[in-house]
Amino acid sequence: MKLDDTLLPLLYMLAAIGFILAIKWMNSPATARRGVIVGEIGMALAVIGTLLRFEVVSYQWILVAFFLGAAVGVPIAYIMPMTAVPQRTAFSHACGALASALIGTAEYYKGLDQTSGLSKVVMVALIVETLLGFLTFTASMMAFGKLQEVLPQRPITYKGQNFVNLGIFAAAAGVGLALVVSPERSILFPVFAALALLFGVLLIIPIGGADMPTVIALLNSYAGLSASAMGFVLNNKLLIVAGALDGSSGFILSIIMCRAMNRSFTNVLFGAFGQLQTSAAGAGEAKPVHSATPEDAAQILDSARNVVVIPGYGMAVAQAQHKLREMFDILARRGVDVRFAIHPVAGRMPGHMNVLLAEADIPYDKLWEMDDINPEMANVDVALIIGANDVVNPGAETDPNSPIAGMPIIQAYKARTVMVIKRSMNPGFAGIDNDLYYRDNTLMLFGDAKSFLSSIVKELGALAKV
Amino acid sequence: MGNYEFDLWVFMLAAFLGFQLIRGVSPLLHTPLMSLTNAISAITVVGAILLTGEKNASTLSRILGFSAVFLAVLNVVSGYLITDRMLKMFKRREPAKK
Repeated sequence: MKLDDTLLPLLYMLAAIGFILAIKWMNSPATARRGVIVGEIGMALAVIGTLLRFEVVSYQWILVAFFLGAAVGVPIAYIMPMTAVPQRTAFSHACGALASALIGTAEYYKGLDQTSGLSKVVMVALIVETLLGFLTFTASMMAFGKLQEVLPQRPITYKGQNFVNLGIFAAAAGVGLALVVSPERSILFPVFAALALLFGVLLIIPIGGADMPTVIALLNSYAGLSASAMGFVLNNKLLIVAGALDGSSGFILSIIMCRAMNRSFTNVLFGAFGQLQTSAAGAGEAKPVHSATPEDAAQILDSARNVVVIPGYGMAVAQAQHKLREMFDILARRGVDVRFAIHPVAGRMPGHMNVLLAEADIPYDKLWEMDDINPEMANVDVALIIGANDVVNPGAETDPNSPIAGMPIIQAYKARTVMVIKRSMNPGFAGIDNDLYYRDNTLMLFGDAKSFLSSIVKELGALAKV
Repeated sequence: MGNYEFDLWVFMLAAFLGFQLIRGVSPLLHTPLMSLTNAISAITVVGAILLTGEKNASTLSRILGFSAVFLAVLNVVSGYLITDRMLKMFKRREPAKK
């Protein structure tokens, strides 16, 4: 008993401090790894403190679960390729949310059996916890399926979809409310859980790949808020704090992503690009483009003073980041200044491109944010676009009818020469035609990003020998 | 009780602190940030342990608690390890420039 009153709150408080410092130190790559260590220490203190609590008497199942969790988690962490980071993130949101939903479910049934019953406040927190937990679980599994390409990546829309989705959500909330009013009607709980699970699935069906960064960030936030709600149920401040940190982190990231697309939350969640696609795709008749060979491209790159590479999801798909590094090295040796311009929503999750380029050993001081690189684009000799489309589409600035009108872009078109590595003239993910490809200073480099870059590297190598 | 009011204050202040801290994180590290916060939110392991380890826990509680401990530990372990693995890759350029 003594231990619980004195040592435990202290351990929990230290854990909370660890988490806060962990996030604080993420603000710079120089301190970030230290952040991970204090985060780990915080977690260890919280777990040890909890194991020492007097209520905890039977350890065998806990230890088995610990062992199993570590046995699955460690290999995932080491074997998983960096290109799979978005999927892994979606999957871990699913695990976290499910854990919290299961705990909420157990707490509910436990409370039913107790004579003291469930107070209104606890019930509200419990309903919030399980609602967010269950819906985030299925939504994250759907996102995982789309990212892993088990499910179609295109947004799937149908008439009245938003109506159906909101209806299901309202039903889940309604049943949840009924449970708050009279918790003893336990028959309602499975109905509530099923509706929440269903809503999670429906929520992601209309989401396309281009919206994934926002949605993943949002799911991150929900998983955190669910943990925080659990803190209210268990009257545990550490859970409240850690959950709130995660919740606000995901929320801010999704706001950043939304801003980077000039769209609102509701628009991302309820206004899939799908409807606009048909109209936009019709306009794409054959217009003349200039194309070039790897030799031409290598010549142009070699004679440039500065080059800005703009990567997108296509680079990740083609796994072209290592070839890109080789090109970067050769050009750097030949005195060409090469930088990388990263759009906030490039790829499938916040910061996706940075991780891939860092993995390929590209120094992070060469990775530039959109707002920093744009003022310099007019002085850039070559903008090399690899697997990006919408984030460089000048239509976003000029065409008010474009589905992406108003979205901030990397102003690649301002560069003296623009080169685009692309498989074909098929429009990008959002299905929007890109006027950049038809401009006079644009050269299209048709082919797979990885093999095209390796041809460029070979040509550059030959040039270097001469 | 009145306890929940205090909890709400804690939540409000923590969320505010979170907003301030996250705004300082460079976009460079948004992916590791997300896997770090994910590992942190696996603090739900606390709730899961309490549920599983209780003396007179029902079978349902034990099964759900056990699954939750498993899922949370999975997130803790893989979350921290992956975050560190990613962060290790972020390097400045030292060699071959001069």
